[in-house]
Amino acid sequence: MQFGKKERETVLDPLFNNNPIALQVLGICSALAVTTKMETALVMSLAVTAVTMCSSLVVSLLRNNIPPSIRIIVQLSVIATFVILTDQILKAYLFEISKQLSVFVGLIITNCIVMGRAEGYAMQNGPYMSALDGFGNGVGYSLVLMAVAFFRELFGSGSLFGVTILNPVTSGGWYTTNGLMVLAPGAFFLIGFFIWAIRTWKPEQLEDN
Amino acid sequence: MLEHHLSLFVTSAFLENMALAFFLGMCTFLACSKKVDAAFGLGCAVIFVLVITVPLNNALYSLLLAPGAMAWINPSLADVDLSFLSFLTFIGTIAAVVQIVEMVLDRFVPSLYASLGIFLPLIAVNCAILGASLFMVERDYNFAESVTFGLGSGVGWLLAITALAAIREQMRYSNVPPGLRGLGITFLLTGLMAIGFMAFSGIQL
Repeated sequence: MQFGKKERETVLDPLFNNNPIALQVLGICSALAVTTKMETALVMSLAVTAVTMCSSLVVSLLRNNIPPSIRIIVQLSVIATFVILTDQILKAYLFEISKQLSVFVGLIITNCIVMGRAEGYAMQNGPYMSALDGFGNGVGYSLVLMAVAFFRELFGSGSLFGVTILNPVTSGGWYTTNGLMVLAPGAFFLIGFFIWAIRTWKPEQLEDN
Repeated sequence: MLEHHLSLFVTSAFLENMALAFFLGMCTFLACSKKVDAAFGLGCAVIFVLVITVPLNNALYSLLLAPGAMAWINPSLADVDLSFLSFLTFIGTIAAVVQIVEMVLDRFVPSLYASLGIFLPLIAVNCAILGASLFMVERDYNFAESVTFGLGSGVGWLLAITALAAIREQMRYSNVPPGLRGLGITFLLTGLMAIGFMAFSGIQL
């Protein structure tokens, strides 16, 4: 269980150089709807990271026993099992938040990041490296999610983690909340600008029209 | 009765558009929207699969999985609650239906299979499909409503992806800043389209 240069790269690479959302276009599906508040985004990030890590680990352990023709359904059942576990845990300990996340916890199953890492990495690599890879990609995903949630909550409702930072007009303060941020289009714009920023910083990620 | 279904259809197709209001099916939405033909084919396949899987999952849920649903087999099963199995069941149903649809089309309608063929496997992991089933449970739709809901959200998704693909085809002639090319500008476009679809909000039939 050494943690050398190769292991470090596996974890750190998905953060900026190969970010699952910004570069691989994976896992946007279930993510954006939960980013109106930092609290829900954090819970969602933790859930996705845990599911990606555990399912990568299990798929990697099983990889030599999975017949290629039914591998998708095997991967899906492994992922679905972990999602059910996560959902039950959230319902038991964080009921309020699990109500707000509603169907989006279930949708982690079809989150392309989880599936993509199981299919693209865990099927060819050992359990330890696969778990690290799953963890790295989960954190890379969380990073984008938290960044989007930060702007949406700060400008949309003037607070962070429910604590008022910019006192909104509705409660007698000075800050006029930006309604666009809490609506769906705001999330699309933010992600677009986020990708623009990352690609200006790392020009090798540019693509043609 | 008809009015209720019409209203549900319009709501699910425009107001609560799967792609633009709930961000569902985004991966395929962004990846397969470069050409109008491909986008249209994918959209049709999504409608097809949604119309089959949502009612099927509805039947499975209300007959087997919901709390107390198995009372019709034997009254002693009235307090069995299998709803925690719904994720696994739904995704299994979807994967199986996609597989069956693929084989049936290949056997009986080869021309349709040739045009939809490559998109069908992709759909098994499309969040819009699973999302529709999960929304159906959360909103307590009955069987007939779930057919309308499946059709409506499929049509909405088809409209959204075809429109986006058409815009992206035109984008080829535009001079986009280098950092925004490809994915970045597509997100901005989707945001603008979402604003457009929001204009439908408040429609009551």
